[in-house]
Amino acid sequence: MLDYLLTDDQKMIRDLCRQITDEKIRPVSAKYDETQEFPWDVVKVMAESDICGLYIDQQYGGMGGGIMELVIATEEFSKGCGGIALAFAATALGTLPIMLFGNEDQKKKYLPDIASGKKIAAFGITEPAAGSDASAMQTTAVLKGDHYVLNGMKHFITNGGDAETYVVIAMTDKTKGARGASAFILEKGMKGFEFGKKEDKLGIRASSTRELIFTDCKVPKENLLAKEGMGFIVTMKTFDKSRPGIGAQAVGIAQGSLDAAIEYSRQRHQFGKSISSFQGIQFMLADMATQIESARALVYGVARMIDSGAKDYSKYSAMCKLCASEMAMKVTTDAVQIFGGYGYIKEYPVEKYMRDAKITQIYEGTSQIQKNVIGLALIKEALKK
Amino acid sequence: MKIVVCMKQVPDTTQVKIDPQTNTLVREGVQSIINPFDVYAIEEGVRLRERFGGTVTVVTMGPPQAENALREAITVGADEAVLVSDRAFAGSDTLATGYILAMAIKKIGDVDIIICGKQASDGDTAQVGPGIATQLDLPQVTYVNKIEDIKDGHAVMHRMTEEGYEIVQTSMPCLITVVKEINEPRLPSLKGKMKAKSAPIKAMKAIDMDVDESRLGLTGSPTWVSKIFTPPSRPKGEIFEGEADACADKLVSTLKDHLKG
Amino acid sequence: MGIEIIKDKCTGCTICTKVCPFCALTMADKKAVIDFDKCTLCGACVDSCKFHAIELKRENSRTPNLEQYKGVWVFGEQKKGKIQSVVFELLGKGRELADKRGVELSCVVLGHNIQGCAEELIHLGADNVYIVDASELENFIDEAYTKVLVNVIRKYRPEIFLCGATVLGRSLVSRVAVKLHTGLTADCTALDIDPKEGFLMQTRPAFGGNIMATILSKNHRPQMATVRHKVFKAAVVNKSRTGKVIKETVDRTLLTSRTKILDIVEEVTATVNIAEADIIVSGGRGMKGPENFAILEELAQVLGGAVGSSRAAVDSGWMPYSHQVGQTGKTVCPKVYIACGISGQIQHLVGMQSSETIIAINKDPDAPIFTVADFGIVGDLFEVVPLLTKKFKAALNR
Repeated sequence: MLDYLLTDDQKMIRDLCRQITDEKIRPVSAKYDETQEFPWDVVKVMAESDICGLYIDQQYGGMGGGIMELVIATEEFSKGCGGIALAFAATALGTLPIMLFGNEDQKKKYLPDIASGKKIAAFGITEPAAGSDASAMQTTAVLKGDHYVLNGMKHFITNGGDAETYVVIAMTDKTKGARGASAFILEKGMKGFEFGKKEDKLGIRASSTRELIFTDCKVPKENLLAKEGMGFIVTMKTFDKSRPGIGAQAVGIAQGSLDAAIEYSRQRHQFGKSISSFQGIQFMLADMATQIESARALVYGVARMIDSGAKDYSKYSAMCKLCASEMAMKVTTDAVQIFGGYGYIKEYPVEKYMRDAKITQIYEGTSQIQKNVIGLALIKEALKK
Repeated sequence: MKIVVCMKQVPDTTQVKIDPQTNTLVREGVQSIINPFDVYAIEEGVRLRERFGGTVTVVTMGPPQAENALREAITVGADEAVLVSDRAFAGSDTLATGYILAMAIKKIGDVDIIICGKQASDGDTAQVGPGIATQLDLPQVTYVNKIEDIKDGHAVMHRMTEEGYEIVQTSMPCLITVVKEINEPRLPSLKGKMKAKSAPIKAMKAIDMDVDESRLGLTGSPTWVSKIFTPPSRPKGEIFEGEADACADKLVSTLKDHLKG
Repeated sequence: MGIEIIKDKCTGCTICTKVCPFCALTMADKKAVIDFDKCTLCGACVDSCKFHAIELKRENSRTPNLEQYKGVWVFGEQKKGKIQSVVFELLGKGRELADKRGVELSCVVLGHNIQGCAEELIHLGADNVYIVDASELENFIDEAYTKVLVNVIRKYRPEIFLCGATVLGRSLVSRVAVKLHTGLTADCTALDIDPKEGFLMQTRPAFGGNIMATILSKNHRPQMATVRHKVFKAAVVNKSRTGKVIKETVDRTLLTSRTKILDIVEEVTATVNIAEADIIVSGGRGMKGPENFAILEELAQVLGGAVGSSRAAVDSGWMPYSHQVGQTGKTVCPKVYIACGISGQIQHLVGMQSSETIIAINKDPDAPIFTVADFGIVGDLFEVVPLLTKKFKAALNR
């Protein structure tokens, strides 16, 4: 890996997460991939190792790190299993809105349990009819006295059902379109808040994906995040910060598949020698490594830019997610190719990397949506000149 | 509760190789690790603190670089660390080692429980734990695989035997040696790692302890190593390959007389 | 003499007078007095004194009156009145050592209602059997056993003391050696007498079996060693042998203990103790699941052996820890060790490589287990093991 001049603490985080991955994630990744159970035992290890609160402020029980620390941990975990990594990374997605927009009471109430790993979190915006077009959202929230009443449903919610703390976007004023959405903090167990079926997925099968169903769900007024009408701002600002995490997940998955491919190519003998001695294989490995390193450099660069306090980084955030997820799909496919027939069967680890990689091109905005973000930003910049 | 865990830094014996030319141990490039059994002892110490409160002090006797092993123990939850190190301790056998560690623990003072791994992987003697207990005149329970409870000055635990286990009650303070089955050691925590970076390591030399110098190091060690040699390597075996039935036949006919006797 | 009563500290409790094996302590004017003609500087009184009123200065770190230590002793470990089989092996080796030294072989047994075992021990080669019978000694308890044994050793002063490297043995003699301030060598795999000087040459593996070391205890007596089970041949029974049985009575203060056994639990899965087994059929990761160990049990049953396991299988929860062979499990040396689906990581090898005959069954011809195997079959264990069971059954008429 290129020397990214990590601080001593960041190196420490990387080493610890690598140890967790090697000792606690790799041995169980195939099992959870098959059973689709939620990896609570690994979450417990992450919690005991102080990883869950890596990016949360110290005053709320976290370690006070930033997006860079989140990225380092996500990448390491993803080398072992992109699905298990999500227990950590998707919690960050559900936590960031509270960190960014929560008032002091909300932060005090929700962040410490997440930081300690006692609870995990989730973020809910997607609906059956509102994927990339979030403004088509149907879920409504109506203020009645001291609480809002939510009706509708969310689907494809990562950590759904297993998380305790949710940030959910619902329409408080449909007439205003995108400006009529608001964000709410929900807790598992609230009356009228139920979970639908668990999806049977292609990849990231260790991660749970469920529907959230709201039937006259009463949410106290004080659980409104930011102000009414700020739901999409909350979402966009959250995604701007969380997308490098997806980038890191993609980089980790790709690196995991490359490591396996290099190892295999040295062991596998054909035509009387190891296949790693063939230039055809070497070229593939060289391309894979180069693509991974460029994506990593972009992800790290964006994470650092965010942590430096920069204001406008949504374009770069989208770029690093786009670049890393496209790279991961290509690299993991090549890894399967290097394994040949063995790569196609579940006894070997690479087909799983390939299945896991695919989601990174889809969630938190598909690759095409990232391009929209980048494209619009470019035009906006041009207009300003 | 004041908990002391005795630990040892050992060469990773699984990496030790024999130089076929000189017939000596090649220790170069061999990593130093915490004795595998001591990892369970440290974890049990930390768990006892979590159950009953108190502090965990890790103690090791060894060269200055054994400090790394102590810092590693801090990353998984030890509170304090003591490095017992002095040239005068060199050459100590199990008797002298037990004596020195006992004197160090006496110096630490007011200890409620001392936890050791059942044995060290380099020497495999299992003598130092009981040795410390005897030198300090403490009761001991060896091969512990579970601590049921500690209260009213007594501890109840399970000691593994060849046939199963015994439930043993002992008065406190006491010394126990633990087996792997007692727990599943945790990984380091980030806070532990940060603490370990700068945690003070208390150094104890012979003059810091109330020791009888004639009982230290070589002078204090009754056993002498008179010869070291490599064990004869096993002759190359006979490997059967091919059809399973034929292989099984070959093996059975080779072994059958051996097994009858 | 280097021993002294500190009059200011002595309270006249008289414990030391009872503990002294040589009756060298008496009371005068409510203080203990040493009869230096009788005292052997054995140190028993020093340990017994709760008030630290007796001081013994050890000069030049040498057992006093070293030349007076004579005879080879073996610890007669018993459980429920049954002498453990490692003792038979100790008697076999002990007899050989005693004959080389031209001294007697003795066996000491601690327990309750154990008189019956004396004859057996004599038939196995003991010239003398020392028996300490007390209800407090019925089950092994570290402190009481230590105090009694230390007392008896101080009284009779054997030059060599051997004990099995069992759970009991390792716990007990580690304490005893410290009390006696003498050397102890653990887990010996070879014992001999130095032909020139008569020392006990104690050879043991170290560094996970990578090297062997021969250890001497020149200036201290007794020379103590523990011996691994199954390393030496058991003594041959000779029913015409005769010997002396000496019943030792010890002061009750020696029988007290700060630990007590509340219960003894025998686990069904450990009915066949792998450390005792002559034949072990072991399974590793290649067994793929706990249910498959049944085929190993069938083979073990036909061969009259026990089932062992690698760490991988134990950590996966397929077998109990008590069956684990290897660095963090048990060290075994059976006559035949059959490794099925065990790759042969060094951590496993150090626990079984001293087995007499090693057989490996593995589908990977490059598995390291084959480097230590005397015989091996490259193949699918699920095919090979049932075949072996069938064929051994026929060949051995079982």
